[in-house]
Amino acid sequence: MSNSTVKPLKPLHFRPLNGVRIVVWSAFALILLFLPIIMRSNFVLTLLCAMGIASIACMSFNMLLGQAGMLSFGHAVYTGLGAFFAIHSMNWIAGGSSIPMWLVPLVGGLGGFAVGALLGYITTRKAGTPFSMITLGVGELVFAAALMFPEFFGGEAGISANRTAGQGWLHDMGVNFGSQTQVYYLIAAYLFVCTAAMYAFTLTPLGRIANAVRDNAERTEFVGYDTRWVRYLIVMASSFFAGIAGGLSAISFESATAELLHGVRSGSYLLFTFLGGVGFFFGPLIGGVLLIFSLYVLSELTKAWQLYVGIVFLIMVVFAPGGFSALFMLNLRRVKYGEWRKMRWPYAGMAFFGLIALWGFAALVEMAYQIQVAAGSGSALTVARISLDAAKGSSWAIAAVVLVFGGIGFEFWRRKFAKVWSDGEERIAEAIKRAEAAIV
Amino acid sequence: MSLLIGVSYGLLLFMLSAGLTLIFSMMGVLNFAHASFYMLGAYFAFQLSEWTNFWVAFLIAPMIVALLGGLFERYVLRKTHKFGHVAELLVTFGLSFVVLEIVQLIWGRTSVDYKVPAALDGSLFKLFNSTFPTYRAFMMVVAIGMLVSLFLVLKKTRIGLVIQAALTHPEATEALGHNVPRVFALVFAGGCALAGLAGVIGGNAFITEPGMAQSVGAIIFVVVVVGGMGSLAGALIASILIGVMQTFAVGLDWSFVGGLKSLGFTVTPETFGYPLWKLKLSQTAPILPYLLLVVMLVVRPKGLLGTRDE
Repeated sequence: MSNSTVKPLKPLHFRPLNGVRIVVWSAFALILLFLPIIMRSNFVLTLLCAMGIASIACMSFNMLLGQAGMLSFGHAVYTGLGAFFAIHSMNWIAGGSSIPMWLVPLVGGLGGFAVGALLGYITTRKAGTPFSMITLGVGELVFAAALMFPEFFGGEAGISANRTAGQGWLHDMGVNFGSQTQVYYLIAAYLFVCTAAMYAFTLTPLGRIANAVRDNAERTEFVGYDTRWVRYLIVMASSFFAGIAGGLSAISFESATAELLHGVRSGSYLLFTFLGGVGFFFGPLIGGVLLIFSLYVLSELTKAWQLYVGIVFLIMVVFAPGGFSALFMLNLRRVKYGEWRKMRWPYAGMAFFGLIALWGFAALVEMAYQIQVAAGSGSALTVARISLDAAKGSSWAIAAVVLVFGGIGFEFWRRKFAKVWSDGEERIAEAIKRAEAAIV
Repeated sequence: MSLLIGVSYGLLLFMLSAGLTLIFSMMGVLNFAHASFYMLGAYFAFQLSEWTNFWVAFLIAPMIVALLGGLFERYVLRKTHKFGHVAELLVTFGLSFVVLEIVQLIWGRTSVDYKVPAALDGSLFKLFNSTFPTYRAFMMVVAIGMLVSLFLVLKKTRIGLVIQAALTHPEATEALGHNVPRVFALVFAGGCALAGLAGVIGGNAFITEPGMAQSVGAIIFVVVVVGGMGSLAGALIASILIGVMQTFAVGLDWSFVGGLKSLGFTVTPETFGYPLWKLKLSQTAPILPYLLLVVMLVVRPKGLLGTRDE
């Protein structure tokens, strides 16, 4: 082994404000502060706003899934109802109430908290799979009920409001949220505070007990904790932050429709939180960014974006259940133990053939869509600047051949990669064992 | 009459929830994509009845669905087994997403014209001035036939015995030389076949469109929870209860305003909570199953005939 100098592990001390954390959080704040200055485009600014909101929503979702192991299919209920509470409070402000506009997301949060306290009492009666089914049912219930009460939910059209209304010292200083930049900084501030608060929450005794409930509920119960009460508290905390996300979206879009409560939205929170990764705290941040990227950018590029997202999701669940954040951390660990260099070629080979296979697959899917969905606009199309014709057999043949060629090359490199990966895993395990032995 | 319509709808729900319950009680997997297999059944039946006729579709379509379900279990679901139930649930969730997109890719985003066969079109008999469609009777016959054969297979055949054994004591069954993973794949395929069959007979009674999986998916979950997780008899009772309840509610326009009026109260638009009081029962039909779910969870969390209390 080349790694002859064995580094002993340091004993652990609890220091909440250590160097790494200060650097990471300062960097996060700086990025939030300077992003809109670097990217001076209106579209990017809108995108960033939506990403901030989605990230808060995904992180609040991960309080349930990642922290307490509760898979909810009804998270949009809390974000959506938070948005409705916020939009009504915005209209009160316009009517002369003295709440400052920047507190509106907090109103949404409190609304979400109240709904969580009400519905969570029912949903947390069960854990595990029944919990998931019940959240799905409750989500459908709230969505269907929303259409029955047009007085509060505004029916099909929804309810709109004006974010520039209101008063208070901030408003007098000229911060009336008239421009998208001001909205961005409001969202960024909330994102930073919520992220910090949610991170702090994971370190509290309640946050730790939630992990215990996730990993072994029976044992936690035996030690003397009421697992149902823990689940209930977590649902309430999570719906508070979800409500803040809803309140921010109410300010950002100046409207709220019943569509916000729909199960599809709950599903996308689940999907993208998982893609980002439930095992690490920052995973859902990536998830929120991916959600908005797919929703705004990918959907512009292709009509079949949901198919691609679904397939990526399936592949991730089967092969990388930790999501993108876990992939990132695993590779970081490789770098730390000096194993990453061995994987350069397998990675390059997989990327090369993977892209070829992806082109073939995308070409097939796009041609099918061209025929089925967009038949009115002719049969010609381009996939990554290569023009094809869905009406010609030759185009289909080319795409199929490319797919098969890329697939075979990918599989070849994937096998090499699997070998290199598992070898490296063994060496890292050995290195850790030696480091542990060095303390004793 | 509403009762008969409701029962036929309830039996259709039971065909769906039976497969779901069977898969759940056996493998602990909640098949989120179950309603997607229902949708696939309807679309395959539509396609096959376009090419040949309804009876061929009636036989072949569930088999194709079963084959797809078995392949999915063998090559995807089994790989996620080691990651636990959440991963299994997620993989079926992802599948429902992909199936929906593929259906839209092949058959388009609007509904397809999947018609009731001519031999079964028309009314069977008249009762109180309303007709009972022949096709509804056919649905009931198929559902009951399936119910009886399911019961016979589970109770009277050798494979049924092995399934029951694998359900409660998988290790012991394995030790006796039975291939339990294969039994699992078989049960999964069988459950999917039931869903596919429900799709074949339900797709033309209602409407065959990409949204059909989502509309029925949540309701069969309600059925399974209300009936009690893993209880077939509970699922049957809950299905019929929900089917009848929804069918009746659609036909009635009672509301609290009317009810309170007959009790001597007058409710005006100024009364507190008027939007709630003026709702008609027919308007609330879509949420009734979910209300039932909530009430059931508050009153009896383990469901009608459930035994486990998680």
